[in-house]
Formats: sequence, structure tokens, C-alpha cells
Amino acid sequence: MTVEVSPGLILILGALVVPLLRGIARSVFMLALPVVAFLYLLWLPNGAYGGLSIFDLDLTTIRVDGLSRMFGYVFLIAAFLGVVFALHLKDTVQHVAGLFYPGAAVAAIFAGDLVTLFVFWELTAMASVFLIWASRNENAIKTGIRYLVIHVGSGVLLLAGAAIHYQATGSIAFEHIGLGTTAGALILAAFGIKAAFPFVHGWVPEAYPTSTVTGAVIMSAFTTKLAIYALARGYAGTDLLIPIGAAMAVFPLFYAVIENDLRRVLAYGLVGQLGFMVVGIGIGTELALNGAVAHAFCSVLYTVLLFMSMGAVLYRTGTAKASDLGGLVRSMPLTAGFGIVGAASISAFPLFSGFVSKAMIISAALGEDYFWTWLVLLFASAGAFLQIGLKVPYTAFFGRDSGIRCEEAPPNMLAAMGLASVLCIGIGVLPMTFYELLPYPGDYAPYTLEHVVTQLQLLMFSALAFAVLLRRGLYPVSLKSMNLDFEWVYRRAAPTVALAGWDIAVALRRWALGAMFKPLSAFLTGIYRHHGPDGILARTWPTGLMALWTTLLLAAWLVIYYVQ
Amino acid sequence: MTSAPGSTDERRDRLADPRTARYLVWALYAVCAGLLLIDPLVHKHGPFAIEHWIGFYGIYGFVVSIGLVLVAKAMRRILMRPENYYDR
Repeated sequence: MTVEVSPGLILILGALVVPLLRGIARSVFMLALPVVAFLYLLWLPNGAYGGLSIFDLDLTTIRVDGLSRMFGYVFLIAAFLGVVFALHLKDTVQHVAGLFYPGAAVAAIFAGDLVTLFVFWELTAMASVFLIWASRNENAIKTGIRYLVIHVGSGVLLLAGAAIHYQATGSIAFEHIGLGTTAGALILAAFGIKAAFPFVHGWVPEAYPTSTVTGAVIMSAFTTKLAIYALARGYAGTDLLIPIGAAMAVFPLFYAVIENDLRRVLAYGLVGQLGFMVVGIGIGTELALNGAVAHAFCSVLYTVLLFMSMGAVLYRTGTAKASDLGGLVRSMPLTAGFGIVGAASISAFPLFSGFVSKAMIISAALGEDYFWTWLVLLFASAGAFLQIGLKVPYTAFFGRDSGIRCEEAPPNMLAAMGLASVLCIGIGVLPMTFYELLPYPGDYAPYTLEHVVTQLQLLMFSALAFAVLLRRGLYPVSLKSMNLDFEWVYRRAAPTVALAGWDIAVALRRWALGAMFKPLSAFLTGIYRHHGPDGILARTWPTGLMALWTTLLLAAWLVIYYVQ
Repeated sequence: MTSAPGSTDERRDRLADPRTARYLVWALYAVCAGLLLIDPLVHKHGPFAIEHWIGFYGIYGFVVSIGLVLVAKAMRRILMRPENYYDR
């Protein structure tokens, strides 16, 4: 049997069949798609398949190796979790997009060349925007259009970079690219937009909380981690990524402190976690790269879990605003429990998934003597615990009782959260099995006394700080508000500047015309007076008058004829 | 709504009880103290001198957490806007 079908295509083609099915058949079919794709990937040996020749370009549509395999696995698991979580929905658009989009992301992961990558890069953007639009309100439509502009822009940069790369090297194979060339810079910019680098991160906190309950869960898994994969493939060991990643790990935490929408808090937390991966890719040693890949894998699972628990809260209470929530553990104890597992995982608590992956990146920074980076990553670890691990469950499920009493989340949501929780704890408890899947060789022991004690110190004293701040009333209260982020530049500043520029241009044009063409203008006014619509020379006379004069003339002629 | 002793509702209420929170905070103090006490027994391998200071990780975590929250709180003065800021 020849292998010519990307695992992603199973989801993409399957998604197109979904609208034809109804009821149980549709649910079973949707659940089966990621399972089939996963089994297929398990069976698929490493290698390059699916060769195509288009316009003298040799495409490799499927490249399976240790790196792409890991991302393929976790994307298919996330796709399955997304289907389970959204099973109660009747909305066909979300079901189709919820499979097509993960499919495109998986196909992009297995792309062996830049052209295939570009095609699926754009398809992920186009499919995922429907998960934003599925909220079906004006804000969602506008946010979706901005999201699309940003992501299609990223694709255009990628295509431009790929074209220059092809001209320079004669190859479109997607291997290490590096930053030395124009092509390298363009492609890094394309990847950076999707990876939410600082100043181009605005789309993450904007789009995810605008998406639907289930849409945000699905979106949080794929786009940014696809970019992390692309960076790991093309830019491993690029020094510039270390400061970029360190900045990414820290600055979203400040926003997370003062943000009121808990799904937006999670979006900032997500960007912070990407920062760890970007640092790992920048350091570029085998330990660091393994750490980046492992952290991407774990991060997909716990981010999905966190978005699921806040999604369930939003679904049952109609709000995810910290200022409206509190004390929900009474009504939704299981959702609260699963949320805490996600929170412990993102906080890198020992025995939870984040610990075994984040520790690798921090150890790599320590081992390669990156002093400041190491300090920043410790800061980011403490901050992620404080702002995601403590703040989110505390404000939603504990703290002040909001008085909201609602039902527990629907069974399908609980099942999805339960499965994600099992995976998060499983990786944390059995790290060695997990490490064997990593792409590069190396033996790393996460559970040494040193790692556990230092990490616990960092976390417990952060918790102490949280407790002290709360008791002293210093922790900022949740206010119904929003905070300006970089999106302000293109939502407010740029339009204001552009409109002001337009007004100035119009005024200048009027002035220039007035000053330079005053004589001409007088001449034109004269012509207009005589030949314009109301001018005497342009006046029209009714044809009836002509007919009357003709009749009178003929009658006069007749009278004269008889008189003669 | 009143809940009968021993019922599920009462148990759930206890989870969100301020007294539970107080016990948790005391437990937290104890854990933090314990971690500081065993710190000298743990051999650290890192290349940086400050990592070998006793309780470095704990003190660092505490200080940056307080700093993070206070700085972010100050940022509100510049960044905070009404919820419908972009709709106006």
C-alpha cells in the first residue's frame, strides 16, 4: 500500500461529510475521525510521502519524523477532546470548522516543503475564523475580520519568503532556515505573527475570548503551537528568539493580573507559556529543543483543559467575567476540580504535566549559563502560578460567593475535561514514558530532590504572596473594565491617525485648488453659467412648440394659397 | 436555601467556607517554613552563585509575585478603560 494521504486530510475530508449526517451517526462519525487519524499516524513509519510535482516544484506533502510526529499526536488528541467537548452542539458550522481546522493544522505539521506549509497555514486561518464568527454578534464579526487580516498577512509573508528562498537555494524543502537572509527574516516574521511574538500578539487575547464556548477550546490548541513547531523546525538555535521568548513569558502576566474576562486571562497565560517554548527553541540544545516540544505537547493539553473549564462556566452561567463570578464550587464541583488540575499543570506543580516539560527548558537555560533568561523564566513560572494557577480557580470557584447557583456542566463536557485531566496527571506521574517520545536523544530526570524542592519553594512562596496580598486588600479587585493592549494601535491609534491624515489631505487639496487655479476657476464658473445645466445655451425647448409653429406656417401657407 | 447536616450541599458549602480558607493559609505557612528548613540539605548543581543562597527560590518567588501584582495594579491607571471602549 502506498501512503499518499496526510493524517490531516482524514479530518479535512471527513469534516466535509459532517453536514450530511444527523444525530447519533454524526456524533459517532465525528468522534471516529481523530481516532482513525491517530491510529493511522501510529502505524505510519517515519519518512517522506505524498510527493507531488506542480510547476517544476517538487512537493513533499507528508514528512513524518520525531518532531512532526509529536505535534501530530497532540493535535489529534486535542481534536478528539474538542469534538467530545462540543458534542452537545447542534451548530453544523462549528462542527465542520472544529474538524477542518485541526485537520489543516495537522496537515501543516506534516508539510515537508514551504509551499504545502503555506497552503495549510492559510487554511488553518480560514477555517478557524468560523469559530469566532460562530458567536454570531457584531463584535465577533469585526474581530474575525481583523483575525483573518492578520493571519492571511502572515501567510503572505511566508509565501514571499518561500519564493525568495527558492530563488536563492533552488529548493522549497522546509528544513532549517536561520535568520541570515531576507527569506529567513520574512519567514520568521510570518511564524512570529502566528506564535504571538510581542507586538503581534494582540490577536490572541482578542480572538479567543470572542469565540464561542467550544470554539475557544479548539482555537487555543492549534494555531500558536503550529507556529512553535515551525520555529523549532526552521529556527532552532537562533539567538534572537531567547530575548523575544523571555519577553513573551513575562509581559502577559501583568495583563493577567488586571484582566476581568477570565477567558482573556487564560489567553494571556497561553502567550506566556509560548514564551517558554520560544526560549527553548532559541537556546537550541537538544535538551532545550526537547523541552520546547514537550512543553508544547503539555501546554496544548492543559490550555485546552483550562479553556474547557472556563467554557463550561460560561455555558452554565452566561459569563466568564471575574467581577460576576465566585463560589461556583458549590454548583460545579467537578468542573472546579478539573479546572484545578489544569491550573496545577500550567503552574508546573510536581506530579502535573507542566512540571516535567517546563523544568527541561529552565534546566537548559541554567546549563547554558543564560543568567538573566533563567531569572526571567523563574519569574514567569511564579507569575503563571499566581495569575493562572491561583487567580482563575480562586475567582471563579472560590472567593466571594456570587450567589450564582447553576447546574454542573453537561456530561460530554465533563468527559472531555476528565480525559484531559487524566492526560495532564499521567504525563506528570510517568514522565519517562513521555520523554521516550521526544524527538532528540537525552536522559533528563525531572524528579530530583533539587528540582522538586526548588520548584515547590518558588510556587509555595508565590502562593504565600497571593495570600498576603489578598488579606491586606492589596490584590486588585476585579472591575468591570478592559485594558488597552497592542490591539489599541490598530483599533484606535491607526484609524485615528489615518482619518486625521485624510482630513488634512482634503483640506490641503481644497486650498491648493483655490490658490493655484483661481483664474481658471473664474473661467470655469463662466462656462458653467452659460453651458451648465441651467445655462442659457444649454436650455432645451419643448418639441411641441416646433410642431405648433410648423402647423401655423402650413395653415398660413394654405390661407395664402386659397386667397390667390 | 438551608441545607441538612451531612448533605451534599453542606459539604460543598464547607469547601467555600472562610474557615477552610484560614486553615489552608495556616497549612501554607507551615509548608513554606518546612521548605525553608530542608533547603540547606538540598545540594544545588547550578552555575550561578545566588542559586546556592539558602531559600533563594522562595524569597525570589515571594518578591517577584508581590512586585508583579503591585506593578500591574499601577498599570491600571494608564491602561484601564470602560468595557465598551471600542464600541463608542
